[in-house]
Amino acid sequence: MGLTLSPQPAGEDMLRFITCGSVDDGKSTLIGRLLFDAKVVPEDHLTALTRDGRHYRAFGDMPDLALLVDGLQAEREQGITIDVGYRFFSTARRRFIIADTPGHEQYTRNMATGASTADLAVILVDATKGLLRQTYRHSAIVALMGIQHVVLAVNKMDLVDYQEDRFAEIVAAYATMAERLGLAAVTAIPLSALLGDNVIRASAAMPWYGGPTLLSHLETVSARPREGRPFRLAVQWINHDGTGFRGYAGTVLGGSVRPGDEIVVLPSGLRGHVERIVTYEGDLDRAVAGQAVTLTLAEAIDVARGDLIADTNRPPHMADQFAAHLVWMHEAPMLPGRPYLMRLGTTTLTASVSELKHQLDISTGTQEAAKQLAINEIGFANLALDRAMPFDIYGENRETGSFVLIDRTSNATVGAGMIRFPLRRAANLSWHKFTVDKAARSAIKGHRPAVLWFTGLSGSGKSTIADNVEKRLLALGRHTYTLDGDNVRHGLNRDLGFTDADRVENIRRVIETAHLIADAGLIVLVSFISPFRAERRLARERLKADQFIEIFVDTPLAECERRDPKGLYRKARSGKLKNFTGIDSAYEPSGDPDIHIRTPEMTVEQEVDIIIDALRERGVFD
Amino acid sequence: MPASHPYLQELEAESIHVLREAAAAFRKPVILYSIGKDSSVLLHLALKAFYPAKPPFVVLHVDTTWKFRDMIAFRDRRMKELGLDFHVHVNHEGIGRGISPVSHGAAVHTDVMKTEALKQALERYGFDAAIGGARRDEEASRAKERVFSLRSAAHRWDPRGQRPELWRLYNGRLNPGESIRVFPLSNWTELDIWTYIEREKIPVVPLYFAARRTVVERGGTLIMIDDERLPLYPKEVPQQRWVRFRTLGCYPLTGAIESYAESLPEIIAELAGSRTSERQGRMIDHGAGGSMERKKQEGYF
Repeated sequence: MGLTLSPQPAGEDMLRFITCGSVDDGKSTLIGRLLFDAKVVPEDHLTALTRDGRHYRAFGDMPDLALLVDGLQAEREQGITIDVGYRFFSTARRRFIIADTPGHEQYTRNMATGASTADLAVILVDATKGLLRQTYRHSAIVALMGIQHVVLAVNKMDLVDYQEDRFAEIVAAYATMAERLGLAAVTAIPLSALLGDNVIRASAAMPWYGGPTLLSHLETVSARPREGRPFRLAVQWINHDGTGFRGYAGTVLGGSVRPGDEIVVLPSGLRGHVERIVTYEGDLDRAVAGQAVTLTLAEAIDVARGDLIADTNRPPHMADQFAAHLVWMHEAPMLPGRPYLMRLGTTTLTASVSELKHQLDISTGTQEAAKQLAINEIGFANLALDRAMPFDIYGENRETGSFVLIDRTSNATVGAGMIRFPLRRAANLSWHKFTVDKAARSAIKGHRPAVLWFTGLSGSGKSTIADNVEKRLLALGRHTYTLDGDNVRHGLNRDLGFTDADRVENIRRVIETAHLIADAGLIVLVSFISPFRAERRLARERLKADQFIEIFVDTPLAECERRDPKGLYRKARSGKLKNFTGIDSAYEPSGDPDIHIRTPEMTVEQEVDIIIDALRERGVFD
Repeated sequence: MPASHPYLQELEAESIHVLREAAAAFRKPVILYSIGKDSSVLLHLALKAFYPAKPPFVVLHVDTTWKFRDMIAFRDRRMKELGLDFHVHVNHEGIGRGISPVSHGAAVHTDVMKTEALKQALERYGFDAAIGGARRDEEASRAKERVFSLRSAAHRWDPRGQRPELWRLYNGRLNPGESIRVFPLSNWTELDIWTYIEREKIPVVPLYFAARRTVVERGGTLIMIDDERLPLYPKEVPQQRWVRFRTLGCYPLTGAIESYAESLPEIIAELAGSRTSERQGRMIDHGAGGSMERKKQEGYF
């Protein structure tokens, strides 16, 4: 929404804050009020609200301020906020970014997202209800995400007759909660978002309150991380301009740096000195946290994207394991042992939860044993990385102490983590002992291996179906390989003929090759007439551990002969080809194939669907 | 960057960070250049992000053939000055069908010549990321859009299935056919853009500055007569008015505003006192409620 205008261009710096509260606390109304009273709501948006208000909700003779804030059509229809939205406004003092997050059930995931970049949190409490379970929840997430500055906004004071006692009671109760959670800087403000008391204008109805209004507090609070932290820069991009210039582009994520400073490049551990701090405006003599710069080094040392350049005297931790709080964000649960991609700084690596210590009940603060984490659950876990990487403790630097986890197959962002402490090598449980076996190899591919064995008459459509299944699997990001009977005979089995002994050897080699590929973790598609039950049984027994799936491509002989794609039936009928399956050699149908495809009744699409569904059912992939 | 307005420096640094991530995360990223003020800022930031090297992006303009002549002249001049790898894409199939905003209206024209054309271009060149100058403050549904915003193989946006985006950790990983729209200016406002343009002395299309121009009043909007392709309705009389544009699109679909702001400080002062939103002059936004959200799901940038 274009809530962009301001009486004048913004003053000094920027403050990012998050608002936490539920549907009934009047959160959207508070934001709407802040923007409305700051005179930053454009007239055409108010007109649109009147139009939409008629469609959705009525609100007396005043525009429904909440509608300014609830962006998406789907949300307005449900009367709830479904996702994180960002609003902007500015005053003569500051430029503000509000992360507006919903207060209903998806709260953990969305609040964590909004909180990850916030300097301050506004926690709404309904004065008529006092502190609720959700007040604790919101405050706990704020504490977990490392926001130090909290505004306790006691809303709906008009409904409790603006009583000082009621306010004092809520503030006292919250002080206990804040102490338990380790929230140090809490400012409590009594207000009415609906009527505008103490939002921007000091309330005449609460003469007993001598503190700042919400806006004046937001304008003056100093909520940025303290100075004096150790220097960190995560390398994003190696800058070559083709004339011999070589610079390392990145954002300063902590501390500051000057030319001449000694630095260490991690994980390599190579040391060097900063030569220049290059920017478009010219070289700088100092760069501080938040600035995007390009460094050159005096020494020619190897630096790549993903490296962390750091203060040599106060280097980050280096370890391949650490303990962290994890917020789970996806419908598919977090499973210990399953490898995920980890985005840590500007690196992407493979990591897994080696031990889930406990799950945190965010409503009560109690710790419970857990085997996995479901969406919106928070856990405390040990994570094992595929190599030692540099990082900081989240409480000391949230840029270099945070990570997200990404699912290897769907590429969805599934979890977010805050690093609490490194785990030393002595305590390693970990990756190095992790045997590289079939399970490990297939796990990094995000699916289990399988052998799809297509059997059926020549011309029945085996290769066509196998080809389409493979295309679909590829589109799903699965790793596959096809062994085609004919093609194998051109290479691996070129030395074999069609005697009985050669047929047995032919199939033995195909089975063993399928086994090797499955062992490498792939889904193997074997397209092979394999007319005899005995040879299919042989394949099943040898490949049992590889998830063997027999697919009978059942096309009537007459139809195969009508198609005759290679002209073989014609040759066989004319006697030029001996022992041809279906003509002078029998095809022995299976009594019970795993999948029976009757091709005359189905389109190729449907056939592919059946096979993909069967793979999902068998847990080859989700 | 001058020392004043430190918040602009913060916005600038954040955008540069995003541009560098886009360069590193994707196989073939493209900057979608629309010639407007936001695109001008975006290019300027790209020059900064990769200085002293040139930005490692192809620059693409999806031309509907209905842009103001001043815009095209500005585009050609800037691209020559900057020496970037620049391409123009036109939906020739749409031209062949005779699609125009005059004959088919805003919705069809925009759909065929912008949304469809963009999909064509992305597929033809094989771009896996398209970097655009859209801002969250422009419109309701944009407020919820991610900085790295995933599009399905059919170029659709799923507002309910967006990837959570935390800290500066952007997820640019793609499955086959998927692509990402990158919005480095997500957290900028219209006023930030103009304040920055003034600070950085970034060239913009002259149509943003007030001048006497030939317009007709149509449905409460001032439409500039840019060439002979705009048929006049009976009783419509072209008039000379002092106008400027807050936003630039296809000329028959973009309303001018009455203004005497001939310089950047005057534009900034005018905006600070204004009580209407930037996209008010854009006809594409004013369908049924939720119009832009629907367009975006279908692949509009």
